[in-house]
Amino acid sequence: MSVSRRGFIKLLGAGTACLGLSRLGLDVRPALAYSTQMKTAGAKEVVSTCPYCSCGCNIIMFVKNGKFISSEGDPDYPVSEGSLCAKGAAFRALHINEHRIVKPLYRAPGATDWVEKDWGFMLSSIAKRMKDTRDRDFVTQNAKGQAVNRLDTVMHLGSALMDNEECAVTVQMLRALGVYQIDHQARV
Amino acid sequence: MTQHWIDIKNSNAILIMGSNAAEHHPISFKWVLRAKDMGAKVIHVDPKFSRTSARSDHHVPLRSGTDIAFLGGMLRYILEKNLYFKEYVTEYTNASFILGADYDFKDGLFSGYDPVTRVYDRKKWDFVKDENGVSKRDKTLKDPRCVFQVMKKHYDRYTLDLVSQVTGVSKKNLLLVYDTFGATGKPDRAGTMMYALGWTQHTVGTQNIRLAAMIQLLLGNIGVAGGGINALRGEPNVQGSTDHAVLWDILPGYIPAPLATQATLADYNKSIMPKTSDPMSINWKANQPKYAVSLFKGWFGEAATPANDYGYAWTPKVEPGEQYASMFMFDRLYKKQIKGAFILGHNPAQSMPNSHKIRKSLQNLDWLVMGEVHLTETTDFWRGPGVDPKKINTEVFLLPCCHRGEKDGTTTNSGRWIMWHHKGIEPMGQSKSMGQIEVEIFHAVRDLYKKDGGVFPEPILNLDLDRVYDAEKTARKINGWFTRDAEVNGRKFKKGDQVPSFAFLTDDGSTNSLCWIYTGSYPEAGKNLSKRRDHTQTPMQAKLGLFPNFSFAWPVNRRIIYNRASVDVNGKPFNPDLPVVLWDGSQWVGDVVDGGGPPMALKGGKYPFIMHTEGHAQLFGPGRVDGPLPEHYEPAETPLAKNPFGKQMSNPAIRWIASDMDKFAKNADPLYPIVLTTYSLTEHWCGGSDSRNTKVLLEAEPQQYIEMSHELAKEKGIKNGDVVEVESIRGKTQAVAMVTVRVVPFKIMGKTVHLVGMPFAFGWTTPGVGDATNRLTPTVGDPNTYIPEYKASLVNIRKAAKVTELER
Repeated sequence: MSVSRRGFIKLLGAGTACLGLSRLGLDVRPALAYSTQMKTAGAKEVVSTCPYCSCGCNIIMFVKNGKFISSEGDPDYPVSEGSLCAKGAAFRALHINEHRIVKPLYRAPGATDWVEKDWGFMLSSIAKRMKDTRDRDFVTQNAKGQAVNRLDTVMHLGSALMDNEECAVTVQMLRALGVYQIDHQARV
Repeated sequence: MTQHWIDIKNSNAILIMGSNAAEHHPISFKWVLRAKDMGAKVIHVDPKFSRTSARSDHHVPLRSGTDIAFLGGMLRYILEKNLYFKEYVTEYTNASFILGADYDFKDGLFSGYDPVTRVYDRKKWDFVKDENGVSKRDKTLKDPRCVFQVMKKHYDRYTLDLVSQVTGVSKKNLLLVYDTFGATGKPDRAGTMMYALGWTQHTVGTQNIRLAAMIQLLLGNIGVAGGGINALRGEPNVQGSTDHAVLWDILPGYIPAPLATQATLADYNKSIMPKTSDPMSINWKANQPKYAVSLFKGWFGEAATPANDYGYAWTPKVEPGEQYASMFMFDRLYKKQIKGAFILGHNPAQSMPNSHKIRKSLQNLDWLVMGEVHLTETTDFWRGPGVDPKKINTEVFLLPCCHRGEKDGTTTNSGRWIMWHHKGIEPMGQSKSMGQIEVEIFHAVRDLYKKDGGVFPEPILNLDLDRVYDAEKTARKINGWFTRDAEVNGRKFKKGDQVPSFAFLTDDGSTNSLCWIYTGSYPEAGKNLSKRRDHTQTPMQAKLGLFPNFSFAWPVNRRIIYNRASVDVNGKPFNPDLPVVLWDGSQWVGDVVDGGGPPMALKGGKYPFIMHTEGHAQLFGPGRVDGPLPEHYEPAETPLAKNPFGKQMSNPAIRWIASDMDKFAKNADPLYPIVLTTYSLTEHWCGGSDSRNTKVLLEAEPQQYIEMSHELAKEKGIKNGDVVEVESIRGKTQAVAMVTVRVVPFKIMGKTVHLVGMPFAFGWTTPGVGDATNRLTPTVGDPNTYIPEYKASLVNIRKAAKVTELER
């Protein structure tokens, strides 16, 4: 039988496996009893990935009643075998964090601070700026008369923080809008 | 990476150069140490002693910006001592190819250079062809015009003496590294090279890596277990975001972006379809039109038809020879040629060089849309140090983004494993995923075009993009599906079937795919291979540490690329103890073999380097803009008055940016005599906006510092813990002095050269930690990639008269 490391630990919960290990001189009952008292007991385990370097360490999120209560390295990820560095270990602290921006913020020209706005205001205002700029500056032909169909006055930066799927839709929509001045952290 | 993380354990020698793996890719080091436990030699060549050095067998300090001199000396030594792997070099590389009469190298320049445009005519570097149009070869490697001999002559100047004087590395240390790594040229030995931004962030970055790859080819270390040339990709998903081309110059899957000169799809296809007359060359890139058409079909759906070139005309075309990389974009912005910007998950006001210019440029925007998790030096540029917000007329829209654990999707690790991460919790507050944000912005724009019309609306109105961002559906579309019933390669498919691999993508509109190299990751409905967590292996795979059933590696689940080069021409592994692939008489066994077809010596056999038109790895590389052979040029700012290797001081192909804010120190400038190198930290990530806002990480690394040698500190009257002012011709910063033996002075061409090192994670939005190190660094970059030269610039230091930036 092929069992992953984590699967193996889970199997310990089954009586026969406990018995089998007892015969080998291993008594896991105290450990099991302890585990039921841990804050992660009964939590849903969700596999995520560390959002830092490209070692791509898998991280288990422990979620209870919709709340993110703890995280740890995933021993089933063959690269990390459950290890995490300082940043990966701070995965939960990165998420549950008082510094996060949780509402759309708007800064008017000349203003000295942000004001909170709703998504509707933000999207309609952004769309209007984008359309006005595009309609004004779109270039269908260059100086040589070649068809170029592009927008020279808008740029897009980011991001290597995006998932592959997010990158795919971003590139698709940018090129359709005529935006080609696209770059991100691959070049820093 | 040509390999994957676990494969590092199979190495006999590990050269870590241009990387501080233990601190910046900490988990990678597990496999370095595993190799070391099994007897591998680990060498760290880096200006600064770090935790990587502490765990290596040897730390060899070198002056930042002299990697080509160091490696050029190694190449010369390998040839001189006959350490190279002859069979591999003769059969699998272009060592035997004959160069045309036009090729020459003189006074630091290759033939074909135009000093006015600073561009090479690369035709001057062509190979001689026979009557069938196939490159002529001399497999004895004796012909004076063959690549092997030309390369040997080129590096003849890279003597131990000169290399030692330029790099500051002692001859003893040079020989130690050359002998240790050179020993992997035997068929059953493997050496790996691990590099990161310490190689890319130079004005010769591409050639640093090319020279490393050339050495690996000479030693037969590419494609074999424990070998390779391995970029330790930084950033959470920079491998994937590059694959998906969040870049101006390529389309997803590394297909060149269309140019203004390519009016029709036929013109474009011709340019992306290299031709070979050699029947043994697979020349995989000849398939690119299939991938491009499938991409356009994915973008424009039903609206993409043969009659409209699948929407080719709707995609923007760039000017040939023009540059649009970040540093050029910001220069355009500085010159008020750009009016609006979207910046998501990126903090250029902190992480791009010459921050003062970047911060000033942002003030020229009419509008700025940002997607962020925290406030950063970019979101709040309008109230940065010394800025009066009342005078800044930029309208800023800041959209809250959610974090990794709050969304589904895939990222790609450095070993090219595409891995699904599952959503654990709901996005905090009103935050949304960047995917959802981009889609909503697009649809808000499209709704206006539908309602009011506008300029060139077709691509917008015809885009095949749902209103709701769905990671699972997008993953299916990245893989691609059949848009109608079709028969490809003798197999019948129904409309809506997933495309099983990119060998089934077509150029007739019957398939779509948003990134061809990912095709195969979702080969059937309900079969998302990025979610696989199966550890099943064959004994051969177990010995290698290869997990073919865990996630999916592009391309086609191949874990070690160029693996055809790990066997001889009959398909027999060079290292029988650790075979990656082997020909069992009728088929390949082991990893997914590169390209298919039998071994080279058999009927219908193919060359191993399938992505090159010629099928051979390029010791001589005519594809780079700055020369076919790497040559040592000094950094844009150098402590030397002349380049000891030749008359050309710096990379001749650099396009310099001219503005009143782009200043450079003179060569050997007495005002700025100290070399500055910059780096990341284990506890902070790049510009630091995520990690500075995570309390436990900020506690661990709380403030800007500068590492310097005891000798320099003494010379400048600086004590450990003093606040010092660091100044370049572009700006100043303050940092706490860390006087340490980790940094040593170098003896360069008979004179003492000091080097200092600074992290770049600290910025003003986190109170009291200091501000951008990049206020010091110059806007100049490698002419192939335009990655900036963060790793070597010139500064001076003095004890600060008054502490202004750091909380004490």
